[in-house]
Amino acid sequence: MALRRDRAHYLFLAPALVISLSIVLVPALLTFGAAFTLWDGVSAPHFTGLSNFSAIAADPVLWIAIGNNIQWTLIFLTIPMAIALVAASVLLGRSRSAAVFQVIFLLPYVLSPVANAVIWQNIIFSPVSGVVSFISRTLIPLQSPLANPDTALYAVAAVDIWHFWGYLTVIFFAAMRQTPTDQLEAAFLEGANGWQVFRFVTLPNIMPTLGLMLVLVTIFSFLTFDYVYLITQGGPARATEILSTYAYKFAFTSFQVGKAAAVALIMSFFGLLASIAYVALSRSSIER
Amino acid sequence: MADTVRQSPRPISRTLANAFLVGAVLIAVLPLLLVAVNTFKPHASIVANPLSLPTSFDFSNFARAWRGGNFGVGLVNSLLLSGTTVVLTLVCASLAAVALARQHIAGWKLVTIYFLCATTVPIQLFLFPLYFVFARLGLVGNFAATGVVLTAINLPVAIFLLRAYVISIPREIDDAAFMDGANSWQTFRYILLPLMQPGLITVAIIVFLNSWNEFLITSTFQKGRDNVTMTLGYLSMNGTYATDQGAMMAGAFILVAPIVVFFLVMQRYFVSGMSAGAVKG
Repeated sequence: MALRRDRAHYLFLAPALVISLSIVLVPALLTFGAAFTLWDGVSAPHFTGLSNFSAIAADPVLWIAIGNNIQWTLIFLTIPMAIALVAASVLLGRSRSAAVFQVIFLLPYVLSPVANAVIWQNIIFSPVSGVVSFISRTLIPLQSPLANPDTALYAVAAVDIWHFWGYLTVIFFAAMRQTPTDQLEAAFLEGANGWQVFRFVTLPNIMPTLGLMLVLVTIFSFLTFDYVYLITQGGPARATEILSTYAYKFAFTSFQVGKAAAVALIMSFFGLLASIAYVALSRSSIER
Repeated sequence: MADTVRQSPRPISRTLANAFLVGAVLIAVLPLLLVAVNTFKPHASIVANPLSLPTSFDFSNFARAWRGGNFGVGLVNSLLLSGTTVVLTLVCASLAAVALARQHIAGWKLVTIYFLCATTVPIQLFLFPLYFVFARLGLVGNFAATGVVLTAINLPVAIFLLRAYVISIPREIDDAAFMDGANSWQTFRYILLPLMQPGLITVAIIVFLNSWNEFLITSTFQKGRDNVTMTLGYLSMNGTYATDQGAMMAGAFILVAPIVVFFLVMQRYFVSGMSAGAVKG
């Protein structure tokens, strides 16, 4: 098939490219510059070299945030992954009802983080009006897990996992359904049990999807913002502070935009490592 | 198809699987059921027992929530913002998808890799300068400007989904149109666009939900009481309405119920789009 040069296709590409370059790429380059300046967002920035980086490196909060981001990543690479793999495997044997279950599992995923966060805060975690308060008065004394620095990160993660695992389930289920039927039948004929079928037939078949999801979850764990900011704003006592909330407060609470930009660059560095893996994994789909 | 395979022949694992499914369904819907149950209850009875069923049906919670959450203003703004984002994304992404799928231009590979990188770029990497430039230009609170930002964020995924649809359309079809004298625009408008229709619907639904639910960009750029969206209006109730959980639950119901209905009606497109976007062979 001969490639036909087509100038009009440059015009086709133009609107998307102009929007993306002016909203994403150019401001990203400005962020890169701003990270090396003292800037309040309003007056003219002035160059200060690496002082933003040395200032935040000396701030223990940065290291707390990185530690929390790593913990968050480990939680999301294990718990929702495991739940979704089990859920997708279970759905595999139920082709008729699977569609209904998928829709139910996706409900929390399609609702806004604002709705989900506020619902959990008020009707579940609230020490006054929530299920936690009710259990505390009737069964065992309980503090709101959000108020305790030892449990706050897990409590927020629980809400985010509740909203997220359905998405992973749908992705894994779609991948598992592509497992060649003859492989599954052969495995059953040879007397493999459910676990053996999963381990030796299903799992190798969904490996590319699983790898992609591990990379995406790692990226999004370093960039996560909504649920933490909405539920705890990084508190109590910085127990849930993560890089994104730390950066956001620099920009919009103390107007230290240079420092916010420096934190954004650190976040992007972690994201970049995962992005390289993501692009490498997606290469086959570009090349066709 | 998978339904020719009978899995889990042993009754024990079948029971375990059923128990897992029941538990998973309960966990997924329980917080939402709690909202529905408490929507009609007064604050005192929610505090006394959030798990009890309502004894009477009091619609006054809805009236207070509607005013408290500024939902009248929020509904209009949410529709304007999400509508702008969906239209702009569909136009830009469908054109770009054709250009990238047909590879008639130099540098298509570079642009494809650029958009691939853009799917994972952190919002924080461009948010701060963008906000202060928008503030300088007086664009903060302008739904159309915020819609352009949300479009930029949704574009990569939209382009890749639509590109897959274009790739599935045989090139012979465009070549035949070219032979018949159609120019590129006519080929796009009258041949490719109609064939991409299922993809356009899927992308429209996903982008609509994304922009309706978005928090970081929307809360940063839609400042001001007249510019709130449905979600931001509800968020402003949180805390100030701590002593009126009846209104909080009614507000959650107002916010969540339309999206649940919308999703249930459109779920087929949503699920297929998600699977197509993430499953790699």
